[in-house]
Amino acid sequence: MDDLANALAADLDTSFPTVVETMGTQLFWGLRRICGDHQEAEDLTQETFIRAYRALGGYDADRIRAMSLRPWLWTIAMNLGRNHVRDKSRRPTYVEMTETGNEDPEPIDQAAWDQRLSALSSDQRTAVVLRHVVGLGIAEISQITGRPEGTVKADVHRGLSRLREMIEREQ
Amino acid sequence: MSIEQQLEQLSGGLPHGLSEGVALGTGLAEGYDLYDSALGDVIVTFNPQGVSSLDIADGFEDRYAERFGRPLMRAEAPSAWRGHVQEAIERGSPGRLPVDLRSVTEFQEKVLRTTATIPKGEVRPYGWVAYEIHSPRAVRAVGSAVARNPIPLIIPCHRVVRTDGHIGNYSLGGPHNKVELLEHEGAMPHLLEDLASQNVRVRGDAVTRVYCHPTCRVVRDASEVIDFRSTTAAEDDGYRPCEVCRPHG
Repeated sequence: MDDLANALAADLDTSFPTVVETMGTQLFWGLRRICGDHQEAEDLTQETFIRAYRALGGYDADRIRAMSLRPWLWTIAMNLGRNHVRDKSRRPTYVEMTETGNEDPEPIDQAAWDQRLSALSSDQRTAVVLRHVVGLGIAEISQITGRPEGTVKADVHRGLSRLREMIEREQ
Repeated sequence: MSIEQQLEQLSGGLPHGLSEGVALGTGLAEGYDLYDSALGDVIVTFNPQGVSSLDIADGFEDRYAERFGRPLMRAEAPSAWRGHVQEAIERGSPGRLPVDLRSVTEFQEKVLRTTATIPKGEVRPYGWVAYEIHSPRAVRAVGSAVARNPIPLIIPCHRVVRTDGHIGNYSLGGPHNKVELLEHEGAMPHLLEDLASQNVRVRGDAVTRVYCHPTCRVVRDASEVIDFRSTTAAEDDGYRPCEVCRPHG
């Protein structure tokens, strides 16, 4: 993480694609499970990176070196999700040259999980997904959501309990 | 499997096209698409700021790499102005299409923005452009700026001709393309060459006693046309300059 911040501080344009590659997967899948929609999650992920790039362009090297990129990106993403701000129409749209298969592995019933997660409150869903799908720590989640650590812990705990009840009821 | 373990499996790989979408959205890469023109297939490149270059489709990738050297990928232009690209090519002026001229100097940009005001079917000499941008002595620099136009057809540098009236060079595939484009637009390139050979610079309307650049629509509507070898000769005969084409260069 620090290496990446250093690389960004040294050469933003060259290093930024690496940020997308290293952080894009968890950002996308976290957003995908929070918002429940593939296309919307993809748009939000793209928009998050574009905003991040623009913001970094205005920061000096010291400020970039001192950054914790992961919680910072998630904070941008969560703000976008709340505001639903888009300027998609001002950007070129990539045209895929080759047909690609579905990138989702299906070891477990994802649709069932999307349904269960959607039944949680927004705060619980966000906390559970960030903690257990994305793998962030409680302190990071607290920083991203702006909620106290105790509240985040309680959200994760209650969210998991509710999920457990749902699964029991299904059987 | 515990709930926590199952939740961990709710992610996969990076969706296809996401990195590309970010590269295009940040401008770290440019998009390109194919369009139709009077010279056949052309490639237009663009980024969130606007259209950045236009070139003949055949072999464009090597020329783009050499001149701009940025990552390039097939894309659709931003939907906000996607519909204006083909129109701009046909009209030979940007209109509402945003153009990104960050690849040229401020001086070159001024030259190109002035060039973009020359109406379809008409031409102006390099000296006219120099005069219009308040650098009347920079005719040669205007010539180089026009030759470096990154967005030909949309910024109609084919409408800028030599100060002696000859058609002159053209960067998009050579001078024959310039003649073809002018022919296509009704700018009478063969008449222009004839007039240049006879040292005619401006033409006057004998009735209104107004003189113009030879392709100006004002003098083309005249019933009786008088040719002059210079603006001074026209003025000496009591003619005044046209307010539409401003024949000073």
